Amino acid sequence: MEKEPILQINGLSKAFGGVQAVLDVDFTLFKGEVIGIIGPNGAGKTTLVNLITGFVKPDAGSILFKGKNIKGFQPHKIANLGLVRTFQVMRPYHSLAAFKNLIVPLNSPRVRRTSGGKLGDRDSVAIDILEEIGFERDARVPYKTAGSLPLGYLKRLELARCIALRPEVILCDEVFSGLSMSEIASMIPLLEKLQMEGITIMMIEHRLRELFRLADRVVVINFGKKIAEGIPKEVMEREEVKAAYLGTGKRK
Amino acid sequence: MAEKERRKKRFDRSVKVRCNGLYAISSWREMGFLAMPRLLLILGLLVLPLTLDMYWQRVLCIAGIYALLALSFDFLAEYVGLVCLGGAMFIGFGGYTSGVLNAYFEWSPIVTIPIATLGGAVMSTLVLIPCLRLRGIYFAIVSFMLPLFSVYIITALGIFGSTEGISALDTLPNIWVEQYVIIGAIIVALFGIRRLVNEDIGLIFRAIKDNDQAVRASGISITAYRIKAVFIASLIGSFAGAYLSHLYGWLGLSLFAMDFSILPIAACVMGGMGTLVGPIIGAIILVPMSEALRGFGQLRVVLYCLVLIGFILYKPEGLMNYLERKYHQFERWEVV
Repeated sequence: MEKEPILQINGLSKAFGGVQAVLDVDFTLFKGEVIGIIGPNGAGKTTLVNLITGFVKPDAGSILFKGKNIKGFQPHKIANLGLVRTFQVMRPYHSLAAFKNLIVPLNSPRVRRTSGGKLGDRDSVAIDILEEIGFERDARVPYKTAGSLPLGYLKRLELARCIALRPEVILCDEVFSGLSMSEIASMIPLLEKLQMEGITIMMIEHRLRELFRLADRVVVINFGKKIAEGIPKEVMEREEVKAAYLGTGKRK
Repeated sequence: MAEKERRKKRFDRSVKVRCNGLYAISSWREMGFLAMPRLLLILGLLVLPLTLDMYWQRVLCIAGIYALLALSFDFLAEYVGLVCLGGAMFIGFGGYTSGVLNAYFEWSPIVTIPIATLGGAVMSTLVLIPCLRLRGIYFAIVSFMLPLFSVYIITALGIFGSTEGISALDTLPNIWVEQYVIIGAIIVALFGIRRLVNEDIGLIFRAIKDNDQAVRASGISITAYRIKAVFIASLIGSFAGAYLSHLYGWLGLSLFAMDFSILPIAACVMGGMGTLVGPIIGAIILVPMSEALRGFGQLRVVLYCLVLIGFILYKPEGLMNYLERKYHQFERWEVV
């Protein structure tokens, strides 16, 4: 079966003053796959997410989402198209109860449109989503204010906010960072389940072992440039990737 | 070891009542416990005019105007994250709209006040829209400039009576109507806003305050919601302005006075930021206090500031947060 491209990035570039954060990056996401974006710290991975989702305006290049150029769109417009993101540094609405955090995406034009105005009780929809994402239903957790939740729940809440929007593509910005091994182990099935539902996932990750369990392909970025792309195992064997992660090893 | 130690023990009275709505209707005592402060406030406001003489009744009307402004400031600052110092603009736009309609077209205040509430709010919102991209202190500065800007436009163009203002506007029939109009407005605005902040739209406002970028990522236009919030706040402010011009029977440049922007903040600090009812109580204490201190002449401002500094130092949470906590707590001494 021919794979259908859902997000095509072509020649994307962005400089902050003299720093070239992203330079001439291009890659394609196919419908239903999981793609990993890896690279050393400061390689421009988060900037890439910011560019795709409209939080930062690109200097050059094009971003085609389902064949439509979304470059220069406002972030909320892009989210309403079904291209959503999580934040690396979690941004919960501290003063609201955890489940009330989901009321915000549930009020977006996208959810209103896709549900045809028959969403029913938003609070219970929100609780259902939280349960699906691993909040215990009997516990008081969904009713606690988001500001009082531990890190693991906040990471899940980030993801839940994306799911509430009924996305087609999720850009996950380091959802595993700061989590314990067991927490990561319980997050992986969630992402697998999302993939099963036909959602395309782009993951930025430093936890390579966990990423490789999920990702069909990886793209390696260093100093804003794409240096490799392909099947995880093969890519990590390449010299330039090893050099980016471990140093060049010129001293012999 | 004959000496007995005593220790203060503190209980939270109604964790159940506050946690879960269902418990609250389980007994009359719990219901009464929840309803009491609200009833006390409403009854207090309704009875207050009956206990005052003519002069203080007038002061109460002015205090009510500041109470509405303080409420609108508190709503924008604590629930939407916009620190808006444009209270004077709300008053000015509302006051001028109703005054001008009354003076030039001779419409009665019953018509002009509602029109001015709406018209003033629309104008204030339109003026503030370009500033909504600004955040924090920058929005505060620009919103603070706008009333001054309006003053210069009016004097430069020489419209609406220019520096003289327009006098002999219709006033409300009598002091009782004047008082109960503003008290009614306070009660409606207060409970309206309290309800609003827990509705979906209010939750989105609060989310914008907590983290605007995350709201954008959730597919919601923050500018659109900020416009709605500013409109709601300026409705309250413009009503106060329209009422003020008919209370004095006069309109002039002092409707754009800085007092209207600054004093509500003091009322919020005193009453407790983010409580909505606190700022109203703060205004109803501060404005009459400022009147009562009139006898001290120039020292008035010093004493006034001392009270405020005292509050900031010793009760920074504000009156209402303090009272609310105490109301929900039992305390008793126990011998150990």
